Amino acid sequence: MFDAAIRKKLRDFSLDLAIRAGPGEVVVLMGENGAGKSSVLNIISGLASPDKGSIRLNSTVLFDSGTNVDVPTENRRIGYVLQNSAVFPHLSVRENIAFGLRARHKSPVFIKEHVGRWLKVMHIEDLGDVKAGNLSGGQKQRVALARALVIEPALLMLDEPFTALDAENIQLVKELTRTFVTEMAIPCLIVTHRMSDSRDVGDRVCVICQGKKDWEGKPENTPAHMCRCGDV
Amino acid sequence: MNPAPVLSEKIKRIITCTGAAILIVSVTLYLALPVVALFLRTTPDLFFSTLSTPEVMSALFLSLSTSVVSLGIVILVGTPFVYVHCRNDYPGKVIIDTLIDLPLVLPPAVAGLALLVLWGRAGLLGHYLSLFGISIAFTTLAVIMAQIFVASPFYLRQAKSLFEQLDPCFEQTARTLGASPLRIFAKITLPLTANGLISGAMMTFGRALGEFGATIMFAGNLPGVTQTMPLAVYVGLEGNLAVGLTISILLVIISFAIMIAVRLLARWEAVNV
Repeated sequence: MFDAAIRKKLRDFSLDLAIRAGPGEVVVLMGENGAGKSSVLNIISGLASPDKGSIRLNSTVLFDSGTNVDVPTENRRIGYVLQNSAVFPHLSVRENIAFGLRARHKSPVFIKEHVGRWLKVMHIEDLGDVKAGNLSGGQKQRVALARALVIEPALLMLDEPFTALDAENIQLVKELTRTFVTEMAIPCLIVTHRMSDSRDVGDRVCVICQGKKDWEGKPENTPAHMCRCGDV
Repeated sequence: MNPAPVLSEKIKRIITCTGAAILIVSVTLYLALPVVALFLRTTPDLFFSTLSTPEVMSALFLSLSTSVVSLGIVILVGTPFVYVHCRNDYPGKVIIDTLIDLPLVLPPAVAGLALLVLWGRAGLLGHYLSLFGISIAFTTLAVIMAQIFVASPFYLRQAKSLFEQLDPCFEQTARTLGASPLRIFAKITLPLTANGLISGAMMTFGRALGEFGATIMFAGNLPGVTQTMPLAVYVGLEGNLAVGLTISILLVIISFAIMIAVRLLARWEAVNV
């Protein structure tokens, strides 16, 4: 279970949001560009600090302004795929996926076994030794997803994961995301600005406008005019 | 068809092309002729016979060894310094930025004098060191210190620009994957900026090799101890011109090689990264 209530003064407005997600649940954060969606993910991951609030993941308190708890990003066990996938272009696909395991000082046997499994699951076995910088957008996104999931995160967060992908890859990445979140029974937050994404993968939609929750509910009930979210 | 406008267009084009050609040729000649003159002033026989003389060998060895040491220190200390500087906000950061650039616009002689009044035997800090029998000015160490002071901005500026331009998403992702700051620096930041850093290092080496003003002020001109190649050129003017010419040609060749290497590296990076 993931539960957060955060407040932060941003440049143009104040972010003030409460958000929760259960095991295996996909919550889609929607809103216009600059509504504060990515800021929410950055705060949850620990890359940015809120001014006030609390963030809890299962039984662990990641942040609490009241008790001055602030777990560093590297210890939060959150799989976070940033915009544009951010695969490390100078490393091979295999090394990209292994990065988080090496950082956690796992044994070479463990790393080989897990990386091999994720290469297979993501249908990128034949790309293991290819430099990630040479991959297509869809392949990069699958590498980024495998890299985030191989560390067995307690929460998965994806920032605009379907942008810059062709239709076939959008469908594939959506299916893979849905499958792993359900199988691993972890909460998942996805930032997108397209309503079609929320309908395809989301269990719940949270529309954010100027840092505040504008609407929350089932994807199929999302009012089309909400915060002028563009649909594609 | 009216022939007059066509003729006028043709004349205009000839004038433009001629003007452009004159401009390119004159600038090229201005830059190249002094270098060519150096090569024409000597002969291959004289060049190779002078190359093996003790003065030339000693200056060559001293320049290369001190420049390598200076470069090593600049890389080892400068790289983490610039990284920490770029990734953190602290009071006086703008002043540090200016200080990094200062040696580029400061006359080298002024830099040498500044080092002398700080580290010289009667200097601000040198005075205290001399009480322990430690003397820095007019030693090989002073040559290295002068080279570092004058040449380090070439590397530091390049590193700063590379670290600032690197997309933060790579380091942020590495953090979320559990990597420590040291691991992120070693496995992500350094490899992604390596080619640019090597270019900066080459320019720094070239500048250190050609350093004259600060060295002569702070380290003096002692053969075998502080007489680097540029200083030996200066001495050659007053005595054996052949020595000066030989060392100058060596410096031209090394500088050319460095510039070509930097360009090749930039081209390779554009194709492969």
